[in-house]
Amino acid sequence: MTQTTLPPLARPAAAKPEGRTPTSRTRSRRTADAITFVILVLGSAAMLAPLVWMLSTSLKTKAEVFALPPVWIPDAPQWDTYVRMWTEAPILSGFMNSLIVAGTVTVVGSFTSALAAFALAKLRLPYKNAIFIGLLSGLMVPYPTIMIPQFVMFSRLHWVDTLLPLIVPLLFGNIIMIFFLRQYLESVPNSMIEAAKIDGASYPQIFRIMILPMIRPAIAAQFILWFMTIWNDYLAPILYLNTPERQTLQVVIANLNVEFATQRDYPLIMAASFVALLPILIVFLIFQRQIIESVALTGTKG
Amino acid sequence: MARTATVETPPKAPGTAAASPAPAARTKRDILRLHRTEHRWAALFVAAPVLGYLLFTLYPIGFAVYASLTSWNGLGPMRFVGLENYVDLISDEYFHKALFNTFFYMIGIPIGLALSLLLALALNRRIPGRTAFRTIYYVPVISSLAAIAIVWQFAYNGDFGLVNQVLAWFGIQGPDWLQNTATVKPAIIIMAIWKGLGYSTLLYLAAIQSVPASLLEAAALDGANAFQRFRSIIMPMVRPVTFFLVVTNVIAGSQIFTEINIMTPTGGPEFSSASVVWYIVRKAFKYQQMGYATAMSIVLGILVLVITLIQFRLNRRNSFAID
Repeated sequence: MTQTTLPPLARPAAAKPEGRTPTSRTRSRRTADAITFVILVLGSAAMLAPLVWMLSTSLKTKAEVFALPPVWIPDAPQWDTYVRMWTEAPILSGFMNSLIVAGTVTVVGSFTSALAAFALAKLRLPYKNAIFIGLLSGLMVPYPTIMIPQFVMFSRLHWVDTLLPLIVPLLFGNIIMIFFLRQYLESVPNSMIEAAKIDGASYPQIFRIMILPMIRPAIAAQFILWFMTIWNDYLAPILYLNTPERQTLQVVIANLNVEFATQRDYPLIMAASFVALLPILIVFLIFQRQIIESVALTGTKG
Repeated sequence: MARTATVETPPKAPGTAAASPAPAARTKRDILRLHRTEHRWAALFVAAPVLGYLLFTLYPIGFAVYASLTSWNGLGPMRFVGLENYVDLISDEYFHKALFNTFFYMIGIPIGLALSLLLALALNRRIPGRTAFRTIYYVPVISSLAAIAIVWQFAYNGDFGLVNQVLAWFGIQGPDWLQNTATVKPAIIIMAIWKGLGYSTLLYLAAIQSVPASLLEAAALDGANAFQRFRSIIMPMVRPVTFFLVVTNVIAGSQIFTEINIMTPTGGPEFSSASVVWYIVRKAFKYQQMGYATAMSIVLGILVLVITLIQFRLNRRNSFAID
């Protein structure tokens, strides 16, 4: 009932019975498959190479980084880099700040988005569609167009160099999430909501007891995607955050890149960068099925 | 599910008595009253995003339009100068260059889409480890752009970077990619394609898998070869995805900033990598020319809007052509 149809991603290619020369057909197909496989392996190597190189560089000594011929695998992995970086750079505070921003925004913002999606999909409200289209039009406004006025607004509130300008505007909900949750709710029959009303349930109760459990999978998928976006955000944080201890992780590593490059401490830069993308990588590897399916859905619905 | 709701005491709707009369004898007045209650709750539920939209999108746009007509350092008084900032933009060579660079980067969009369509076709075959491939190609997509830009900046280093070390295997002496006016933009394009490939591949794959197998079978029986089936069936069927990807990539591409700022902190040799947003940020937050920077941001906003509308128009025509 609550399951919307996701595009079947792992469906095997349809086997086709073909009349003419079956043996030569299958042979040429097998050759083509083998070639495809080799190309895909080479492509995968190209996709992973920069990341593997990042990891390998982080374990090298400073001398090995600049050695010619290049050292691909460090002789003695310098695990110490992963220990000293926490004291030599504000990585721990960066971690915490990113977590505070991404956590607060996604938890509160998902709730406000879900409430709005419920109202826009299922409740009677004058000018409902106009409101929805108005909200959607906000998607066409590029952030750089509004970043200067926003900056001025927040600097008047003395919020510069705090996390608030990164958190507060997003607590009001995420239009993309509203769009998908609303879509998802279209499949819920109106009669169910009418029945709940007749049973005397109030609107907050209908939302909490009936709607929320139904749209939980959709919220979870959008929640993860949104969390990733905010964790990886860079432009807004560099505008607002000046004090190193108040910066989010992405800003911290970007500044490390400038600062430690002059000391040629590339192992530390690479170690910090690796740590910065590790949490999202882990989340992705755990939830990859859900993430990939909801992204595929985004594209086909868009 | 709804039954359990009655166990708890329903909180009162704002301004009205709790609304739970017997359904049988409802007068028109009752229904109107119930609708009013519903309107109130619905309005309350959408209030947050609407308020957010007014405060953090609509008001800033209005403010930006006004600020773009002033000379202003962000702190002091705003001096109204009319269209002066826009007139200055016309003769600002740096702005021209930033605009040119920003469009130049978009060369990567069709290349990336073509590659990912091929990849999706490859992943659509019956091949061992398809899921693993899909995951691997998707890893750059979820990776932090800042971290990725840092690694690629290092990888493009002329002497000990990964790219030139690999090229050396084939006897090619690579340039110092990011220090060279001729190679800095291609270098950034290559990185952007690498990062975005998995995303468009995924969307294409989903679209290809929704092509009815019977359609392809019928075409095969009629003697259409693989290329003909691709051109006449798969291409039109994935057209909506192509449209979606072009629109989103152009919108994102027009705002390219992070990789530029990290890989070429000074805007590249002779300003050859600076993008529009990079220049806006520099003018606004380094030189405090807020009015001028806002004028640029308005131009950028209009540009994005126009491109989006044109593409919607083109797409409408295309979909009529299919019908």
